Amino acid sequence: MAPVALPPSAVSLRDAVALSGRFPLLAGVDLEVAVGETVLVEGPNGAGKTSLLRVCAGLVPLASGYLAVLGLDPARNRVGVRRRVGLLSHASHLYDDLTVRENVRFAVRAAGGDVDRIDPALERWGLVGRLAKTSAGKLSAGQRRRVALAVLTARWPEVWLLDEPHAGLDASARLLLDQAVRDAASSGVTVLIASHESGPVEDLAGRAVTVTGGRVTGERDLVSAPSAPNATPVDRGGTDNVTGPVAHVA
Amino acid sequence: MWRDAALVAGKDLRIEGRSRVALSQVAPFGIVALVLFAFALGPDRQTMAKGAPGLFWVAVLFCTVLAIQRSVSVESSDGASDGLRLSGIDPAGLYLGKAVAVAAQLVVLEALLGVGVVLLYGAHIEVPWMIVVSCVLGTIGLAATGTLYGALSSGLRVRETLLPFLLLPIAAPVLLAGTRIWQAAMAGGTPSDGTQWLRLLVVFDAVYLAIGVVLFGPIQETA
Repeated sequence: MAPVALPPSAVSLRDAVALSGRFPLLAGVDLEVAVGETVLVEGPNGAGKTSLLRVCAGLVPLASGYLAVLGLDPARNRVGVRRRVGLLSHASHLYDDLTVRENVRFAVRAAGGDVDRIDPALERWGLVGRLAKTSAGKLSAGQRRRVALAVLTARWPEVWLLDEPHAGLDASARLLLDQAVRDAASSGVTVLIASHESGPVEDLAGRAVTVTGGRVTGERDLVSAPSAPNATPVDRGGTDNVTGPVAHVA
Repeated sequence: MWRDAALVAGKDLRIEGRSRVALSQVAPFGIVALVLFAFALGPDRQTMAKGAPGLFWVAVLFCTVLAIQRSVSVESSDGASDGLRLSGIDPAGLYLGKAVAVAAQLVVLEALLGVGVVLLYGAHIEVPWMIVVSCVLGTIGLAATGTLYGALSSGLRVRETLLPFLLLPIAAPVLLAGTRIWQAAMAGGTPSDGTQWLRLLVVFDAVYLAIGVVLFGPIQETA
């Protein structure tokens, strides 16, 4: 019998364990995210959401288990994965002595991106005029966040990893961010959004997974039941029980 | 690799051009060190001139430590080093770019300290080209080792104190060879007097540049 063609996975984690020293950051995560899917990663503080995104970005290596990002192993093809992944983290990754425009330009060029996308990205986030020529060190936290988002949208990688994306943003910037995520999703970009407040970002995602204690402990469909209060517990029986819509064929 | 190196070097030099840490803090520190050495040696100009080569290179070493610490701190604020890693930039290009930026700053510092040595210590240089070659090769060696050990200590809370402890012993061959070449240049010696020391600097530079290009990536990932 011919194998069934399945959509490719953007992110595939199986029994993934990551450590910081002897402290477990991830304690056996199983997660499949299809290409073009938008997934909300929810959970309380310290649950492992940020670690999960950093593992997917190839910043934190796995101690054991399996990880593939866009079909690539980040441990073996670090540069290949990172050039196709963008991480919006708590830090803005900016140089205080460079201007807004110089920061975005450097980040885009370092990632091998298209410099023609810099100006539209700056305009998208309202970073024009004097603001574009202002040193990053003089910006507020919210403005720094906008610059980090401008870098992400100028690069337009294939996988967006957004860690508490609304943090520090005002109402207008939140709307801009939501629109950028929708635009990304409609263009086939895979988006993982980590948030301890699932409410504001639930509209953006098609599925939510709950992370607790470094494991995926629940999952809910946000399309058919967007406000379902209770997550379905995930069977933690082993690596064969991969969550998500994509059955991974070894 | 070369494109990334040029990108990183340009970025670091632009940051230095804005912050002027090397010119406003590191260079004055080097000059103060020379003045203090002069106080320690006493008023005898002959003694000061005799000690000038070694004191010049000791001052350069101290300035190198500060320049490297600045180079590391630029990447440690606001998760900038994570941003560099996430960009997928070639680690070898990153290493060479940061080393080039440090070397460019050291060249300026050495020029200032060289003038200071001539004025303060009355050092008379008979063979200027030997001084220039020793400074170029010494600068490459210091930037190559400093950038490597700067990355090694960058992830540690004690990096400010650990870096000099790691770097100064490793850079001892530069101090030794640079001092000997300067002594030969001040004594009006023939080029052959400094040849073996120039060879030592060439080998030192080549070895550490090769090690840096290969190991900077793994060090950056584990730091």
